[in-house]
Amino acid sequence: MTTKQGQIASRITRLGRRSCDAVESLGRAGVFLAQSAVGVPSAEGVRLWIRQLHFVGVLSLAIVLVSGLFIGMVLALQGYTILIDFGAEDALGQMVALSLLRELSPVVAALLFAGRAGSALTAEIGLMKATEQLTSMEMIGVDPLRRVVAPRFWAGVVALPILTVGFSVVGIWGGYLVGVEWLGVFEGSYWSNMQASVGFINDIGNGMLKSIVFAVVVTWIAVFQGYDLIPTSEGISRATTRTVVYSSLAVLGLDFILTAVMFGGL
Amino acid sequence: MKRSRTMEFGVGLFILVGVLGMVFLGLRVSGLSFSGPSNTFQLDAHFSNIGGLKPRARVSMAGVTVGHVDAIELDTKWYDARVTLNLDSELEGQISRDATAAILTSGLLGEQYVGLSMGGDPEMLEAGETIRDTQSALVLEELIQQFISNMATN
Repeated sequence: MTTKQGQIASRITRLGRRSCDAVESLGRAGVFLAQSAVGVPSAEGVRLWIRQLHFVGVLSLAIVLVSGLFIGMVLALQGYTILIDFGAEDALGQMVALSLLRELSPVVAALLFAGRAGSALTAEIGLMKATEQLTSMEMIGVDPLRRVVAPRFWAGVVALPILTVGFSVVGIWGGYLVGVEWLGVFEGSYWSNMQASVGFINDIGNGMLKSIVFAVVVTWIAVFQGYDLIPTSEGISRATTRTVVYSSLAVLGLDFILTAVMFGGL
Repeated sequence: MKRSRTMEFGVGLFILVGVLGMVFLGLRVSGLSFSGPSNTFQLDAHFSNIGGLKPRARVSMAGVTVGHVDAIELDTKWYDARVTLNLDSELEGQISRDATAAILTSGLLGEQYVGLSMGGDPEMLEAGETIRDTQSALVLEELIQQFISNMATN
């Protein structure tokens, strides 16, 4: 009886410890973000930022654009087979554009970004920590948060919205390719129905707002996981996995909340 | 230095892609145009039932789009719908006082829009005035109800 009680007590203790750890780590992440992201960048900082923007943005462009093209083409193909039943295939452009701008572009681009750039950021910073480069920077009086983390964070925040725009444009073009060129939807109705239904602030603006929120969250998770990991090879591999898992979950969860606020009339 | 130049070029191109994409989305996808509000004028029309008409629906005359629905609200004096139409300024002072506004449907299941047709009155409507002669939306349920009650009386 007493051993059973002891077991229950130890389980409750473990739950408590886990919760305390989670809250503590959340607090650390907040302080970390405030310390690294806020501040005026130096000329050197701008150069580092450009280098990172090249890495997380320009080099992610190919995978994001190709994915966007295929998603747009699939949307048009699926949409056409459903809409043709109602004789409403003229609304294809509207369907493709709205689903891309409101949902698919911000979410899929953010997921791809987490896999392509986020995990790389975590691994890079993690390896710097494991090989004690961050500590040596502190020794010579360079703040690793400002030198290493800040350029990467801001590069991610700038890159993802741009990638999202590219995703939407290519996706809509892919929808045009399949819908108009291949399946024979009238070109005029493809564009005019789209223009009649897509609002610049309401659809494009809200989609971009989503994308900016996702950019902050994904990059934040990536750089924090890199900075906060246990400096062993196993720790790096775990942190890289955590980056992708946490940022995917955060993106999908936040997407629901943002959609409810923006389009659900909450 | 050479490598850093190409990298910077790549980043510049990347940002340019973002800006151009945004312009494309704005102009081509959302149909944003830079014509200010000065290029339109407003007319009101009261309908007893607007059916499924929505703001931003198009207003057409002889099938040509001449404006869009700006706002729809309930007029609490008469309990009918006051629809504010934004029309191209070319038409200002060109719409006769007895013009008709009707809520029509494009196709069987298509969107609803406002169709304007001219009358013969030599006096013209000024901006902000109300179109008197209106025709409400066709509500399928009411039609069926009428049809059934006609059947019953016959």
